[in-house]
Amino acid sequence: MTRDEIREGLAEILDEVAGVDTADVEEGKSFTEDLDVDSLSMVEVVVAAEEKFGVKIPDDEVQNLKTVGDAVTFIEKHI
Amino acid sequence: MTRTDVVVTGLGATTPLGGDVASTWDGMLAGRSGVSALTQEWAASLPARIAGQLAEDPMTKIDRIQARRMDRSEQVAIIAAREAWADAGFGDPDESADRDVAVDPERLAVVVGSGIGGATTLLGQDDILEEKGPRRVSPHTIPMLMPNGPAAHVGLHLKARAGAHCPASACATGAEALAWALDLIRAGRADVVVAGGVEAVIHPLPMAAFASMRAMSTRNDEPERASRPWDKARDGFVLSEGAGIVVLERADHAAARGARVYARFAGAGMTSDGYDIVQPHPQGEGAIRAIKRALADADVAASDIGHVNAHATSTPVGDLAEVVALRASIGDGFALTSTKSMTGHLLGAAGAVESIASILAVYHSTVPPTINLEDPDEGLDLDVVTGAARKADLTAALNNSFGFGGHNAALVFTRA
Repeated sequence: MTRDEIREGLAEILDEVAGVDTADVEEGKSFTEDLDVDSLSMVEVVVAAEEKFGVKIPDDEVQNLKTVGDAVTFIEKHI
Repeated sequence: MTRTDVVVTGLGATTPLGGDVASTWDGMLAGRSGVSALTQEWAASLPARIAGQLAEDPMTKIDRIQARRMDRSEQVAIIAAREAWADAGFGDPDESADRDVAVDPERLAVVVGSGIGGATTLLGQDDILEEKGPRRVSPHTIPMLMPNGPAAHVGLHLKARAGAHCPASACATGAEALAWALDLIRAGRADVVVAGGVEAVIHPLPMAAFASMRAMSTRNDEPERASRPWDKARDGFVLSEGAGIVVLERADHAAARGARVYARFAGAGMTSDGYDIVQPHPQGEGAIRAIKRALADADVAASDIGHVNAHATSTPVGDLAEVVALRASIGDGFALTSTKSMTGHLLGAAGAVESIASILAVYHSTVPPTINLEDPDEGLDLDVVTGAARKADLTAALNNSFGFGGHNAALVFTRA
């Protein structure tokens, strides 16, 4: 899976869970600052991403996933 | 000390008869039933397979993302509150400039309760827990199922900062919410209170549970004829979903901003039976005391009550017990109706939706009919409005609500 494909998958989840416009989901964007994803929605995003990509994202790892790019990198590595 | 006058300046509702107050009231005046067959697969094995389902899907009126973080009972609360808020002349809550002029948030309170709360969320998430494990349980579960959720969401939406409270007294909840709101204004703790009740539990478990109590109508082949208060062939209530919310306001606050006033909220009486957890007191002792308290609180004579919107849910015992209580407390000089014959039983929302019907009856001098009363039971020796709505010059109306647990609430509205 390419980085772009992972990012697009995340964009679908963000749209579904938090109403984020898929066009806004760029690697440099921060989940909380730029995309306005609150803490409870972030939990939903993580769980949905685990299911979609078949990875495990531990809770203590989530705080390091500040941007879309951070999440893409983590998923790419553990897929 | 003269007591603070409280008036009704805004109304909001979403019910099986319509998605707002106007369509709900029109439905009542036309004698239309909001009850229909449940066609969902899960309903097939239930003893009662009919319900009063919302005429308008709340999802069509609320932002998709907001909606998925709210229990259905919270969604209907927001829809009815928005309507009541705009109807009171406070404008769109999202346009903050409008509202800051009209009401000080620190003088704005919310009292919105429900009978059962976010049960469908609880049951839905329990299914997810069993099927997919704890990690898949939604992080929004608690704020969706907590009983104070509807009150908190309305408070958040309207930026109320004088308190958001949530009474729970089963089927008396909506009426108690209004009564507590009246007290808040009289006590000087708020100038405006957004008050009402909500319910949305059309789901197999509550449906099966009420049916186990033998409380529900099983007239599955004739849904529109199932809710038939005082009729000899009545066999239980019909479960409905919806919300009723009113804006209550200190009279001088309303006058200062030139608000349209529907009615005075003149008084309320709340009592508890202290008798049985589900059976009402056989002589309606608690109901009689609630009605008498409401009259005394309103400083209204029994003979001034020209209309009663009864609790009458279409159960064999309860309907006639209320007739006995009405006779004993206020006599027989009033036009009686049960709008539940059309809406079904809205549980925690019932008292609020029926208060709206009572308020509009006073405002429009019109009493909606009771439908399906084809063969009145013996003992119904009161003047029930049947067939069509009736014009009536009303100075005061009474709304009764009683709930499992022995809760009794009676509210008196008078012409403004």
